[in-house]
Amino acid sequence: MAATTTVVSLPAQPTQPSTQEQVKSKGELAIVWQRFRKHRFALLGLGALIFMLLISTAAPLAQWGPNEIDRSITDPQYVAHGFAPPSTTHWFGTDELNRDMFSRILWAGRISLAVGFLTVAIGATIGIFVGALAGFYGGWLDTVLMRITDLFLSFPFLPTLILISAMLHQYKFGAVDITLVQVTTIVCVLALLGWMDTARLVRGQFLSLLNRDFVLAARALGADGRRIMLRHLIPNSLAPIIVAASLNVGAFIIAESAISFLGVGVSPPTASWGSMLADFQSYLRYSAVAVLLPGGAIFITVMAINFVGDGLRDALDPWLRNR
Amino acid sequence: MGVTLVLASMLLFGILNLAPGGPFDAQIAQSHVQDPTYLERLNKMIGLDKPIHERYLDWVGNVLHGSLGESWSIARGQQVNAIIGSRLPNTVMLMTLGLIFSLLIALVIGTISAVRQYSLLDNLFTAFSFFGISIPAFWFGLIMLKFFGLQLRIFPVGGIYSVGHENDLLDRAWHLILPMIVLSLLQVAQWSRFLRSSLLETLRQDYVRTARAKGQKERWVLLHHSMRNALIPLVTVIALAIPTLFGGAIFTEYIFNWPGMGQLLVNSVLSVDWPVAMGVVIITAALTIMANFLADVAYVVVDPRIRY
Repeated sequence: MAATTTVVSLPAQPTQPSTQEQVKSKGELAIVWQRFRKHRFALLGLGALIFMLLISTAAPLAQWGPNEIDRSITDPQYVAHGFAPPSTTHWFGTDELNRDMFSRILWAGRISLAVGFLTVAIGATIGIFVGALAGFYGGWLDTVLMRITDLFLSFPFLPTLILISAMLHQYKFGAVDITLVQVTTIVCVLALLGWMDTARLVRGQFLSLLNRDFVLAARALGADGRRIMLRHLIPNSLAPIIVAASLNVGAFIIAESAISFLGVGVSPPTASWGSMLADFQSYLRYSAVAVLLPGGAIFITVMAINFVGDGLRDALDPWLRNR
Repeated sequence: MGVTLVLASMLLFGILNLAPGGPFDAQIAQSHVQDPTYLERLNKMIGLDKPIHERYLDWVGNVLHGSLGESWSIARGQQVNAIIGSRLPNTVMLMTLGLIFSLLIALVIGTISAVRQYSLLDNLFTAFSFFGISIPAFWFGLIMLKFFGLQLRIFPVGGIYSVGHENDLLDRAWHLILPMIVLSLLQVAQWSRFLRSSLLETLRQDYVRTARAKGQKERWVLLHHSMRNALIPLVTVIALAIPTLFGGAIFTEYIFNWPGMGQLLVNSVLSVDWPVAMGVVIITAALTIMANFLADVAYVVVDPRIRY
C-alpha cells in the first residue's frame, strides 16, 4: 500500500529537490500540509472530523427538535417502550421516549465536541503558561510550579473527575441555562485536571531550547525575557504541544461522555453522547441500534481525532516519530 | 511522597465539603416529614453541622488512627474501612488478572508486529490498537454485554458468581471473562504499540547485530538480546498503568455489576456518601503515588546501567 503511494506520487513532486528559498516561499503551513496529505488515515480522520463538526453545527436544521416527542407513532409496541426502528421520518429511529435519535445525536455532538476543543484550549493555555514560567525562569519558581504539577498528577484522573463532578452536581441553579452551566463546569474541571502533561512538555522543550544558538543570539542582541519566550521559545515548542493537544481532544471527549454516562455530567433531557448511552443502558434488550449509535459517534470522533493527531505528529516533526 | 498525599487529601476534602447539603436532602425532599428540624438532627448525627475545618481535623484524626470514618448513606454507620475491605479483594483480583492477560496479549502482538514490521498482520494490529485506544471502555462493555450476555447468552451479564454457586471456581471464572476483556482492551492496545517500537529500537542496536554475526539463532537473538532490553521501558509503563487500570475498572465494574472499589465509588458518589467516596479516592491516590515511586525503583532494578 505504502509502496504504491510513493510510486504514484513521485512524478508529481518536481519541486521537492528545490532550494531552501523555494521551500520557504511556500510557507511553513504549506509544508506541513504537504506532509500531512501523504498520511492517508490522517486525511480520512480529518474528513470525518470536519463532517462531524459540520453536521453538529447544523443540528438546528434537523427535522426534529432534540427534545421533541413524536406522538404520531401509534404502534402499541413502540408507544410502550419507544425505540421505533429507522424510517424516512426518523433516520436513526427513535429513543425510549420516541424522540428523534438522529437529531439528538447531532445535538449531543455539539456538546461533546465543544467540551473537547474548549477544554484543550484552556488546558493547553494553563499548561503553556506554567511550563513556560517554570522552564524559562527556573530556580525556586520552577521548583514550586513543578511541585504543584506533581500534586495534580497525584490525583487519579477518573476517580477525582467523578468525585468533583458529583460534588458540583449537588448545586442547584435557578433560572439560568442549566446546560450552559454544566458544560462550563465540565470544561473547567477537565481543564483543571488535564493541563499537567502540557506543562511538563513545555518545560522540557524550553530547557532544551534555552541554550541553542538562536536563543543565545537573541539574548546577545538584547531581547528581553518576554520577547525570547514569545518570539523564539514558544513558536519552537509548538509542534509537540499541538500533537499532544490534538490527542488530548479525544481523551477529553471520552472523559466528558464518561461522567455524563455516570449521570454526573450533562443532565437529561439535554442530550450528550454519554448520557444517551446511560439512558439506553436499561433498554439493552429492546434495541441494538440504541447502544451502537451514541457510542459509535464517540468512537468515530475520537478515532478521527487520533488519526489526525498521528498525522500531525508525522507532519510537524519527522523526528518525533517512534519516540 | 507523603507530603503530596497529605496535600492531595486536603485539597480533595476541601473541595468535597464545598458541596451544599448532605445525603439526606434528597431523602427528605421525597418523604412526607414536615418537621424542619428533622434534617438538622440527621445532619448533626453525621457531623455535618460542624464547620469545615473541624470536620477536616476530625477526618485527619481518624485517618491517622487508621480509620476512614463512617459511611453516611450507602451503609449508614458502617466503617468505611470495612466496606472498602470487603470490596478490595474483588477489584484486586479483576485488576491482577486483567494486567496479566493484557501483558500476555500485548507481548504476543508487540513481538509479531516488530518482527514482521509493515506486514499485513502488523497493519492489522496497528488498526486494532487505534481501535482500542479510541473506543470508550463503557461503550465496549455495553456492546460485549449486549451481544455475548443478552444475545448469545454465552457469558453471564454481571455479578461475580451465580446464586448458589459461591464456591464454584469455574463459575467465578466464567463471570470474570467479559470484565477482564473489557478492562484489558486499552492496555493491550497501548502496550503492544509500546513494545513494538521498543523492540524495533533494540533490533537496530549494535549488540543485536553482533549476536547475529556470531551466528546465533534468530529466536535466541530476539528473546535473549532484543526482548530483554525492550522490556525495560515497559516496566515503567506497566507500573504507571496501575492507577489507569483502576480507573478503567470503575466503568467495567459499574457495567458488569462487579462488587469492587470502582462500583463502590460510583454508588457512593451518586448517593452523596462523601466519606466512602473520599476513602476510595484517597486509596487510589496513594496507589498512584506508590506506582510512580515503584516505576522509578523498578527502572533501576531492571536496568543496571542506571544508577542514582
